[in-house]
Amino acid sequence: MTVYLSLAGVLFLIGLHGFFTAGSLLRRLLALNVLTTAVFLLFVVMARLAEPLDPVPHAIVLTGIVVTVSNTAVALALVVRIAGRVRAHPDDAGSGSRGDAG
Amino acid sequence: MGVAGLIFDGLLALALAWLAWQSTRAVDLFHAVVSFIVFGLLMALAWVRLEAPDIALAEAAIGAGATGALLLSALDRLATHDARRRLLYEPATAWGFWIPAGGALLGGLTLAAWKLPAPGLGHEVLAALKGSGVDHPVTAVLLNFRALDTLLEIGVLLLAAVTIWSLGRAPSPVAAMPSPALPALGRLLFPVFVLVAAYLLWRGSHAPGGAFPAGAVLGAGAILMRLAGARSWIRSSERGPWRWILSLGLAMMLAAAVTGPLSGQAFFEYPPGTAGPMILLLEVAAGLSIALLLFALYLRGEPRDDGPWPDGQRGDGQREGVR
Repeated sequence: MTVYLSLAGVLFLIGLHGFFTAGSLLRRLLALNVLTTAVFLLFVVMARLAEPLDPVPHAIVLTGIVVTVSNTAVALALVVRIAGRVRAHPDDAGSGSRGDAG
Repeated sequence: MGVAGLIFDGLLALALAWLAWQSTRAVDLFHAVVSFIVFGLLMALAWVRLEAPDIALAEAAIGAGATGALLLSALDRLATHDARRRLLYEPATAWGFWIPAGGALLGGLTLAAWKLPAPGLGHEVLAALKGSGVDHPVTAVLLNFRALDTLLEIGVLLLAAVTIWSLGRAPSPVAAMPSPALPALGRLLFPVFVLVAAYLLWRGSHAPGGAFPAGAVLGAGAILMRLAGARSWIRSSERGPWRWILSLGLAMMLAAAVTGPLSGQAFFEYPPGTAGPMILLLEVAAGLSIALLLFALYLRGEPRDDGPWPDGQRGDGQREGVR
């Protein structure tokens, strides 16, 4: 289980780093998804360490996966709209921050 | 298991860490998205190793499948050279901050996680399982002990679909048909998708499965049909039955929740002896809603009326002019 605990830590770090340093919104979204997976992994490892196997974190993670996909879908829709707006008004694009481009 | 299992876990962890790194750092955005999809699939393997087959099913179907389809179709919309150029990875320079801070954070987190007590509720769940109406502990938690979570989760999914639809009309399909084999394959495979979804739904009462994987599989089948050029059942011109199915899951869960208080019982308490049928009913409703909601998310906007598509012209080539 140490392997998966360490993996949760590493994924958390990769996600956090990506989330704060990524140059575009889509990359930031991917990093956020990695971050979520790290948290899920911690939950499931905790469930596995309990004796007997604890089904409650499993149920919570299942809920979390569906909430994550909803979150991702809404964020993607917004990213696509923002990119479309930037494309429609190229003059604004240059002055905007680099995150604006999607 | 022993050593072989440990080696497998180690390799899997290395691969997952590498894919996660690639999906946040890869120069090409397409590369990043594909890395993320493979990451989701390998994650499903890790869930199996951690004795969480329910999560493995959900991760493979929703985490990798539905999210992957959403990401790829969003990427397709951003695919003009102009938009893509701005999406190139710009390297961060603050490594002097990130390496020590990251190392400290990683050490602290792993140590804290290692020291965390894991008492677990396994005994309590097993003790209450007999009266829950199902034999599978995870389904019992999802639809009986903590059904409120599931209610709110379907609410979140519905809210996401409403939010996306409120942003505007769905873009008309512009992708050219890659191959004539796709529609034929879609028609061939869709009954299999329905069969697998029904099986997963039924299986949920006594084994890993249930409404979420079933709904995700059915939704994926619908997305495949859409990609194969099928006319969307969800159209703006009709106040069709799909509106009811979208909200069916939430409505049924709400009805089940308030039946208790109205008849003098606790919130979300099922009438005595009816827990099994109630859970099955809720699972069917939730599964149908989840399938259609995932498809609704994939449409990326309020559905438009596709108009009559003559047979043989479903390749969407002529739609571009309309747009």
